[in-house]
Amino acid sequence: MNLETIKSEIEANVPGCRLEIVANPSPSGQHSLRVDGEHAVDVAIFLRDASGLRFDFCSNVTGIDWPGKELTEKVKLRKLVDGAEQEVEEIRKTTTPGSLEVVYHLYSVEKKHGPITLRMRTQDRDTGVHLPSLTPVWRSAEFQEREVFDLFGVVFDGHPDLRRLLMWPGFVDHPMRRDYRDPDDCEYEPTAHDAVLQRANRHRSGVEGR
Amino acid sequence: MSTVTHPTAHFDLEPMTGPGNVQLLEISMGPQHPSTHGVFRMKVVLDGERVVRLKPVFGFLHRNHEKIAESETYLGSMPYTDRLDYMCPLTNNWAYALAVEKLAGIEVPERAEYLRVIAGELTRLQNHACLIGFLMQDLGSSGTPLMYAFREREKILDLFEALTGARMMGNYMRFGGCRVDLPAGWLEQAGKVVADFPRFLDEYERLLVGNEILMDRTQEVGVLSRELAVSAGISGPMARASGVDYDIRKVDRYSIYDRFTFRVPLGSHGDVYDRFMVRLLEMRESVGILQQAMRDIPGGPIVDPKMKIRGFRPKPGEAYGRIEAPKGELGFYLVSDGSPNPYRYRVRPPSLINLTVLEDLCVGQNVADIVAILGSIDIVMGEVDR
Amino acid sequence: MDETLKNELSKQGIFTTSLQELYNWGRTSSIWPLNFGLACCAIEMIAATMARYDLARFGAEVFRPSPRQADLMIVAGTVTKKMAPQVVRLYNQMPEPKYVISMGACAISGGPFKQGYNVLKGIDRYIPVDLYIPGCPPRPEALIDAFMVLQKRIGEQPLTGANRPRHLNAGEPSEFPVPRFGEHDLEPAKNPDLWKPPLVQIAQAGTDESGNH
Repeated sequence: MNLETIKSEIEANVPGCRLEIVANPSPSGQHSLRVDGEHAVDVAIFLRDASGLRFDFCSNVTGIDWPGKELTEKVKLRKLVDGAEQEVEEIRKTTTPGSLEVVYHLYSVEKKHGPITLRMRTQDRDTGVHLPSLTPVWRSAEFQEREVFDLFGVVFDGHPDLRRLLMWPGFVDHPMRRDYRDPDDCEYEPTAHDAVLQRANRHRSGVEGR
Repeated sequence: MSTVTHPTAHFDLEPMTGPGNVQLLEISMGPQHPSTHGVFRMKVVLDGERVVRLKPVFGFLHRNHEKIAESETYLGSMPYTDRLDYMCPLTNNWAYALAVEKLAGIEVPERAEYLRVIAGELTRLQNHACLIGFLMQDLGSSGTPLMYAFREREKILDLFEALTGARMMGNYMRFGGCRVDLPAGWLEQAGKVVADFPRFLDEYERLLVGNEILMDRTQEVGVLSRELAVSAGISGPMARASGVDYDIRKVDRYSIYDRFTFRVPLGSHGDVYDRFMVRLLEMRESVGILQQAMRDIPGGPIVDPKMKIRGFRPKPGEAYGRIEAPKGELGFYLVSDGSPNPYRYRVRPPSLINLTVLEDLCVGQNVADIVAILGSIDIVMGEVDR
Repeated sequence: MDETLKNELSKQGIFTTSLQELYNWGRTSSIWPLNFGLACCAIEMIAATMARYDLARFGAEVFRPSPRQADLMIVAGTVTKKMAPQVVRLYNQMPEPKYVISMGACAISGGPFKQGYNVLKGIDRYIPVDLYIPGCPPRPEALIDAFMVLQKRIGEQPLTGANRPRHLNAGEPSEFPVPRFGEHDLEPAKNPDLWKPPLVQIAQAGTDESGNH
């Protein structure tokens, strides 16, 4: 299953799509294709229906949280200091917005080959979290996309019934995100040490809590 | 903490009216219910006895296994995989070990592969036997087939206890092999249990296969078409009962399954009776695999000698590994960033994905059929909710 | 009552006992559990009712599906926060006298899943528990042992006085408030009248002792 040939086949048949091969440095050798949001459904339909590929079995849909990073860099500038031009070092801080990623693993029941990994990224983790839903293409994505919505917060446009799957309907957080804080119910620990002791300290002094 | 504002589709089953202005009845089955196989809730809208709509509600056993795994080391998550599908702990261990071995490129010695196959097929035997027992109990047979199934299960659990130290939560597989070797005399005892098993299967078949009540209640009930099964990601005996010829042991040829000769039973109708028969026939094939494995098992190490578990840090990357668990395709997706803990750890639960079609199967059937259909899908809530 | 007098009378065919013994004997010999398994411990509970370990010989003849007909609730498995209100509701629906066995590490204190955001760290936060069975999962023999301890305890309960059981004491509550789903957690997070945990004693540097407050 050569990913390069599949990529060129898709680009030939779905005009305008932007694909990118994401290399996988581990020994598993499962490289993936990153697809952009606008053409994802067309790419998916092509992968499912093309006679050589026939990826009709969507095995796994999952979400990954890539939080934003703060980058500090030292920049050398020429600036006016006390009337004379000097080289000054300035510290610049930039933050990347981070994103949420949805990964699909596809297999073919007809041709018995696979897997192919598809990825999609959201723009950021606050308001730009909309991605197209691939449930109209593969029915198996229905519950799994609901779970990604519940635990990560990705909103799938075109999903027939997007509700929380595992948490109760009034819950407002997205627990699998890396910056989620657990509720404070660690009142009793029989042998508190290390991280558990730190949490108990915070509980006692009232810092932790909502 | 950022909270996302999003349009929530509020799902309240408002009072509906059916044809002829008949008011429909909404009932809530579960989460505490004798036949729902654990804490599972279904909101069912009925027109008399006929099901009009059905929405499952999950999450009553959501123990955030995936979040815990992000703060544990790779090996530290192994006991948690026991508790996913708690009827089949050893195959869960195997799927996780396989995924980590793909991620880090670890090889498994031959004896360990044979041990894994023996443990996995014994697990499949007791899972299918108990499933048929539970299905029969849900159909109203007051526990007698379940007692017979548990009798066999106790024999297999004795073998597991001698091998791993625990009846259920074995925690037996390691990355690159198994934790502990066979104790003295284990193979003889296991050989006796496996040799006796076809007699139990004959007894079961004599009592159940031609049973009028079973046939009336399960034939042409909950028919799943082949196209819907493939599109909905159904795997395992449920898909094979609908005619989908896909057994991961034959397709991926993971471990040493290409050395054993066994057949894959396929159904043609896709109803509850076919799912029941497919599992009965699969048990016979498992007995065959076990006899071949126990005859051919070689000596040697049981774990990869090059594998060092202390300070185990796989290279950054990702891997998706899957096996043919008794319930379907159990897969683990791991993303590593070079640290001792996984960055993302995901379980692909066959029970949850097999439930995608529950509404399609139940609409148009009677209320009493819901229980039969749910029993034949073979769900375990530890896996559905993780 | 004098033992020799009792023996002489029983030889004559007159059987004497006290009201307390008779009352308690009836209750210990037919404790019917509620059919309530949550997770993995439920499988060991089912195995304890099957032919090998046979809980029915101890009086648990049938597991009732309805809480109105049950005496004992064996909370077997992890109680999640989504399930906790239903557990408390079921407990409230059981008629007195009722008992609770907390089976397995998860029902005692959250167990291996204690770090969970959705895991209730022990069912005794909301309902009173009579017996705890540690284990993950506990063997069926451990459940049988717990059953026998419960039977002994019921047999020793006096009918009058300060130690009389809850259902004979009009002042004690037999229903407990059901928690609600909040935005981040259950509200309230625990029932303060019922669960009074000792505070963690913050250890001094170099020691790791913690104890009761």
